[in-house]
Amino acid sequence: MQRMIRTRGRSANRIRQSWDNRLFDALANTFLILLTIVTLYPLWFVLVASFTDYKLINAGTLLLYPRGFQVAGYKMVFADWRVWTGYANTLFYTVCGTAFGALVTILAGYAFSRKDLPGSGILMKLFIFTMYFGGGLIPTYLMIKNLGLLDTRLLMILQGSVSVHNVIVVRSFMRTNIPDELLDAATIDGCGNGTFFMSIVMPLSKAILAVMVLYIAVSHWNSYFNALIYLTDRYKYPLQVFLRQILLQTAENHELAEDVEAVMEMQQMVATIRYSIIVVSTAPILCLYPFIQKYFVKGVMIGSVKG
Amino acid sequence: MRNGRRGRRVKGFVNQQAAQKIRKRSKTWKLMKKNWLLYMFLLPAALYIAIFHYGPMYGLQIAFRDYKAVNGIWGSKWVGLKWITTFMDTPRFWMIFKNTLKISLYSLISFPFPIILAVFLNNVRNVRRKKFVQTVTYMPHFISTVVLVGMLSLFLSPRNGIVNMLAGLFGGPTDTYFMGRADYFSHIYVWSGIWQSMGWGSIIYVAALTGVDQELHDAAQVDGANKLQRIWHIDIPSILPTIIIMLILRLGSIMGVGYEKVYLMQNSLNITSSEVISTYVYKMGLQDQRFSYSAAIGLFNNVINFIVLIIANKTADKVSGSSLW
Repeated sequence: MQRMIRTRGRSANRIRQSWDNRLFDALANTFLILLTIVTLYPLWFVLVASFTDYKLINAGTLLLYPRGFQVAGYKMVFADWRVWTGYANTLFYTVCGTAFGALVTILAGYAFSRKDLPGSGILMKLFIFTMYFGGGLIPTYLMIKNLGLLDTRLLMILQGSVSVHNVIVVRSFMRTNIPDELLDAATIDGCGNGTFFMSIVMPLSKAILAVMVLYIAVSHWNSYFNALIYLTDRYKYPLQVFLRQILLQTAENHELAEDVEAVMEMQQMVATIRYSIIVVSTAPILCLYPFIQKYFVKGVMIGSVKG
Repeated sequence: MRNGRRGRRVKGFVNQQAAQKIRKRSKTWKLMKKNWLLYMFLLPAALYIAIFHYGPMYGLQIAFRDYKAVNGIWGSKWVGLKWITTFMDTPRFWMIFKNTLKISLYSLISFPFPIILAVFLNNVRNVRRKKFVQTVTYMPHFISTVVLVGMLSLFLSPRNGIVNMLAGLFGGPTDTYFMGRADYFSHIYVWSGIWQSMGWGSIIYVAALTGVDQELHDAAQVDGANKLQRIWHIDIPSILPTIIIMLILRLGSIMGVGYEKVYLMQNSLNITSSEVISTYVYKMGLQDQRFSYSAAIGLFNNVINFIVLIIANKTADKVSGSSLW
């Protein structure tokens, strides 16, 4: 806060602001400060509550820092087989799905960026059409059923890995970052498409590859509806489906607790367990996020180029 | 004699055209042969789109048939618009339709928020402060829907939620079951959506604002325009094309209330205002196994979306000259 006041003072010295500009600044800054608090506090509260004594949580206390520090919620979370199974499955689906999706997207995006490919314009139009119109839930379900992909891990990896939007983002990136002259020069030197792609396009496309990997990985990590619809075997469930059970369904899991006392304690701790599991499931992304933020922003910016 | 010359010329011209056509065709063929590897690059994506997008579109015809799994798609009886009229005749149709429309239209109020945020961010001169606000406001975008709804139900809990506690501080009742109240459903849905996506949505406008010509601002400043006037007369008109494109895209999903979040927020107490077309499709189709009926409802919804998108695009093209295609 003090620093902010100082900077305000400095800028006021530089140019004498009129009262209406100062009023605008004040309003704008108040808005931004309030927004920051409103965004950050719920996240902070979840983190703090997960370490706080459950009696305080059940009393509905407003917290700024952990009180009655304890990790009982986390102990419960890590004792639950669903968390481990879900985590392992999610990791598997995310890693495989991202590898598959990024590869397919980059290859297609590059091919679409080339202007000397007859027929690619029509194909692109066919791709774009699917962004605005689709068969819908039931025909998709029947299609997948007929392919024999119901309740398979393969489907969890494939579905949602390729998106037309991402292909367009890659295409725009390649069009602006790989000049035609480069291809011409390479062709004169006797370089074929394969060599050109591997030794020139790929090294120049590290940034867009990072963007794609992150986009696809986050969407895999957070997706739950596909698993809900297409999986029946719960040992294949990703974390988000178990999260839904633990966070939103009132029927609690009593497999861990043999005696009545333990059940009672579990019920007392429901809220704490829920806060803990939110932290456990979301921490990986939010911890990495500040470091990879620039790639995400880059992706949005490239995607906004019309074309 | 004159005629003859002209005839020859015309004939020559036709020949030239034909030759050009042949040359072009053989050039295309040569290009295709030379770039065969690039077609291989396209193949996996094309297969994916064919299987996961065009396959279901082909299967959409079950909306007009009485689909029975044993008969297959082609063997099932053609019934025309039966399912759509069945849907419109169900007593719940108007409730579901109204809920979908209400939530969609209400959601539109979230549209200006990212623009306002971007304009205010653009006003911040201190780079580190700007970065900080951006980092914080983008964050909720990365929270999964399940976690978001989980957080909502924890915060809004009537037993120990902090929202009820805050209400108590201001002398209100402390045991409101927000998630179970039909009249609160759309508010919770829309405002939590704004919380989650406002920052992320602003990225595109922040980027557009950096492209605004600084000379315009300098000139306006010399003329004595204050910040608000400059935003209104310079910034907003400069990013208007971006705003319009985003608006068209938004209108294109006017009836596309995603089932993911609604479905998670639904419970038996708020169902009268939380049942929307997409959740109804899910229940009819996958829980009750009424495939044709629910495919027809899904199609009904998709077609409305598509029409709105086309109208929005046409209107935007006429009014402002910017459009999607």
